[in-house]
Amino acid sequence: MTTNLIDIQNSDVIMATSNMAENHPVGFQWVMKAKERGAKLIHVDPRFTRTSAAADMHVPLRSGTNIVFFGGMIKYAIDHNLHFKDYVVHYTNASFLIDPEFKTATDGGGLFAGYDAAKRAYDQKSWKYQLDAEGNPKRDLTLRDPNSVFQLMRRHYSRYTVEMVERVCGIPKEKFVAAAKLFCEASGPEKTGSITYALNLTQHTNGVENIRALCMLQLLLGNVGRPGGGVVALRGHANVQGATDLAVLYQDLPGYHPMPLRDAHPDLKTYLEKTTPKSGFVVNRPKWVVSMLKAWYGDRATKENDYGFDWIAKRASADAYSHQHIFVDMYNGKLKGFFAIGQNPAVGGPNAKLARAALEKLDWLVVQDIFLTETAEFWKAPASPPHREAAGTKNIKTEVFFLPAAPAAEKDGTLTNTMRLIQWHEKAVDPPGDVRSDAEHIYQLGKRLRTLYAGSKAKRDQGILALTWDYGDKHPDMLKVLVEMNGVAIEELRDKDGKVLYRKGEPLKTFADLRDDGTTTSGIWIYTGATVWDAEGKVVNRTASHKKGDEKDYLAHGWGWSWPANRRILYNRASANPAGKPWSEKKKFLWWDPEAPSNVPDKKGRWVGLDVPDFNAFLAPDAKGGDNPYIMRADGKGAFFGPLLDGPFPEHYEPVESPVKNLLSRQQMNPTAKIWKVGDKRNELAGVGSAEYPYVITTYRLTEHHLSGVMSRYLPMLAELFESHFAEISHELAKELGIANGDTITVMSPRGKIHAKAMVTNRFKPFTIDGKKIHQIGVPWHWGYNGVPGLPGSKGDITNDLSATVGDSNVFIQETKAFCCNVKKGVV
Amino acid sequence: MARTLAMFTDTSLCIGCRACQVACKQWNELGMEVPEWTGTYQNHTHFTDQTFRLVRFIEEPKPTGELAWLLMSDVCKHCAQAGCLEACPTGAIYRTQYGTVDINQDTCNGCRYCVSSCPFGVVAFNASSGTAKKCTFCNDRIHNGLGPACAKACPTESIQFGFRDELVARAQKRVETLKGMGFKEAQLYGADSNGFLGGLNAFFLLLARPGTYNLPDSPKLPQRNVVVDSLLSIGSAVLVGLGALLAFRERGQGGGDA
Repeated sequence: MTTNLIDIQNSDVIMATSNMAENHPVGFQWVMKAKERGAKLIHVDPRFTRTSAAADMHVPLRSGTNIVFFGGMIKYAIDHNLHFKDYVVHYTNASFLIDPEFKTATDGGGLFAGYDAAKRAYDQKSWKYQLDAEGNPKRDLTLRDPNSVFQLMRRHYSRYTVEMVERVCGIPKEKFVAAAKLFCEASGPEKTGSITYALNLTQHTNGVENIRALCMLQLLLGNVGRPGGGVVALRGHANVQGATDLAVLYQDLPGYHPMPLRDAHPDLKTYLEKTTPKSGFVVNRPKWVVSMLKAWYGDRATKENDYGFDWIAKRASADAYSHQHIFVDMYNGKLKGFFAIGQNPAVGGPNAKLARAALEKLDWLVVQDIFLTETAEFWKAPASPPHREAAGTKNIKTEVFFLPAAPAAEKDGTLTNTMRLIQWHEKAVDPPGDVRSDAEHIYQLGKRLRTLYAGSKAKRDQGILALTWDYGDKHPDMLKVLVEMNGVAIEELRDKDGKVLYRKGEPLKTFADLRDDGTTTSGIWIYTGATVWDAEGKVVNRTASHKKGDEKDYLAHGWGWSWPANRRILYNRASANPAGKPWSEKKKFLWWDPEAPSNVPDKKGRWVGLDVPDFNAFLAPDAKGGDNPYIMRADGKGAFFGPLLDGPFPEHYEPVESPVKNLLSRQQMNPTAKIWKVGDKRNELAGVGSAEYPYVITTYRLTEHHLSGVMSRYLPMLAELFESHFAEISHELAKELGIANGDTITVMSPRGKIHAKAMVTNRFKPFTIDGKKIHQIGVPWHWGYNGVPGLPGSKGDITNDLSATVGDSNVFIQETKAFCCNVKKGVV
Repeated sequence: MARTLAMFTDTSLCIGCRACQVACKQWNELGMEVPEWTGTYQNHTHFTDQTFRLVRFIEEPKPTGELAWLLMSDVCKHCAQAGCLEACPTGAIYRTQYGTVDINQDTCNGCRYCVSSCPFGVVAFNASSGTAKKCTFCNDRIHNGLGPACAKACPTESIQFGFRDELVARAQKRVETLKGMGFKEAQLYGADSNGFLGGLNAFFLLLARPGTYNLPDSPKLPQRNVVVDSLLSIGSAVLVGLGALLAFRERGQGGGDA
């Protein structure tokens, strides 16, 4: 997230688009704190949840129509002149001029310029800035040029009227206007608002564009980089931020470098040339990548051998390795083995029935988890017609290994939470029996592999043999791991005047000191600064610091350590006006102090305030680039125009499965969405307005359970909190179908069906979409066929048997928040 | 006696996460109960010997017609005039030095008078130990300078723990703030030491009338009916006795005829 949960207390209005009270209850304390201080909370959600219960206004919208909602907000703000003009002009690319060949979706019938129907992809050649003679983007600070980003955006969203919002989202006009007014008026020098999101926006075939739409609204209102403003991305569990930082994703290396491609990046030089921009802070990528390779391969990484770049596995294609790709390939017999660490795809992934069938085709499967999950016992899945009888081991050749793993309390290490805060925790108790931490399992596996490959001359084995793999004897010393992530000086480092900056082996204090000549290491550049040396050369672990926030430091910089550089609010240059003064006394955060000593003797001036500046602290506001808050972007400006694979502006398309036609354009669904074709009718889709599957279904999580239930269904005191698996339906739908509260119902999609109890409630209401009544139901997805003995309700059908194998254009995330189903009374 | 400790449950801050309910079970090592279908998120339906904290989920339309989902974490009230304590014949139920009410499991004889004497249905009987059980105010934690497990686990400070006088002052201020924000029915329940049961040491801020939360408007101790009820009983006994005497007399007379 761009901000910090603690800072939400400074918001004047908070728009929760996710179910924050239920899924992030600890962070929600700061929303309640803001409310105690008089802030308003708007909850935008198809369902009335515990977040709605705490909200001043609940705005229900049909699942899958978020871009219409945000687009409507953007249009409302511009039409009513509520946007923060100075911020928009100086800190975003609104004033930049775009190639005249570019056309918005308003002019292209729902498609942007450059669409190639045969490839189902865009040619982006017109999606670019007009450049002046020196190669700098042309700008029009009046924002009046018809080719300016601002005017193009305005044209693009001209269709997103309040009437359109009502027809598509099902939000009554008055309600939408009240919400838009409340949120958009909290803008300008004196006010800020924050918006929270989670998987409610991401799990769609236009998931990335959903988030962009949110970000654009925040940029328009000047709500990023300022106290009480922000894009509050809420991560799904305790360390999912850490997992993405450290690249437990197919497309990244640690620290968000693109995972190299086999053909496009044959060597380090080409890789760095192609992925390093000409301006902005990312020009330093070579230093970060070389330091990472030095951390991995140590002395074996030399300039001559490209620092071991060749040893990294490369992607054959950018469209190949996401979760969904893996399971389709597995089902098609292309994968022989699978290692599931702390993941339960037999329950938790989309089209879970396909996932379980795919697991049957493996030669071997290793599951490393704290309980025997459904994935570890996938053959125990009960009958689930039409595709399978009750399984059994008869025809399954997969050899399964289970490695019992220790949870957080049984091991040392760090968790990086949703606000980039890295917190060290110490082991409270030893794990029982032969249970080991994930780190020990992986460390020992690595050691054994290196023994097995010892002496091998095969090229493919050299990377494993070249690794620095020395963290202790049995259990890896996790502080050693953290220091490696932080990075050290390999030799004594001096500045250009010959002054010693670092002693040999000393941890680096900042990523600004990383070098591309092989003299520094850093496993992940954004974590540099997490560990330092004290005067005696002893490691100080800053992630373990425990100084609480106080009046002087409300953001608690002494509690844990936040990447990057212990900075708590990103892009915080934007908290001051272009001249470097606070926008207002009330929203004062960082400002330019012309009298403060500079880093250069006999010069004055530096940025001071309540946080670590997110830019050069000595760069005067009137210097070149002194008004560029978005340092990670080549142009330094927040992007309204930001080319993604499915368009430079978010455009509404209906979910792949939808009960209605797209009213915004003739383009029904995202034209670049990924639709997998899977054999044996394992990924059938309902047609638009299908009579067989007439209801919208959304899937979600509850406070009491965690993800696929591995950390909750096996614990009696949590598992007892819900009587059984259930589906929430409105009184109106229940009446139509003759269903009473507590009746068993069957929910079916073209992929499968499940049985659950009907929870008939006022918290669900049918929507009126373009004059027609559309029912929506909701089903949590925590249940599976394992659970607590003696507690039948801890087990239940797998909701993800209903969802489809379809994905977002950019990152291939599944569409489990909006698809179609049918509901029948009883067991059908 | 030490300064009275209390718990203040501010339902306007409750998000129904049930961390309190789980923390209570975990700390007090209370067992699993097979839940029943309640039609909503609430489980269980009432306090038992294994459930001392219970979050109630109440769907209730606001006067504006909009839906409200009232969330409230309920618990033993640790009454200043405690029905359970007064009814206990063995003295097992006692008032701690902090003003809370606890049950000495070693001297409880399992008579269950306390169960029927609680105006809030808090006390429950445990068949395996043969004793009465209820919230202990985490007596073991309090004696070690820690707050109750439920208050510790609450992420939004809906459950606050501290000295009673300080909490009451804070609660009164909070009611005023809420009223200013438009919560017209915001009210304290059990904060007043001169009110019902001499005040509750676990008191509440409610957003609707107590009945909405399944709380009695003005709870009374069954013991307070003892004098009237006893007199009535004596009166009826006398009447029954007289009736019987008369009946025997008539029968006796009839016998003379035989």
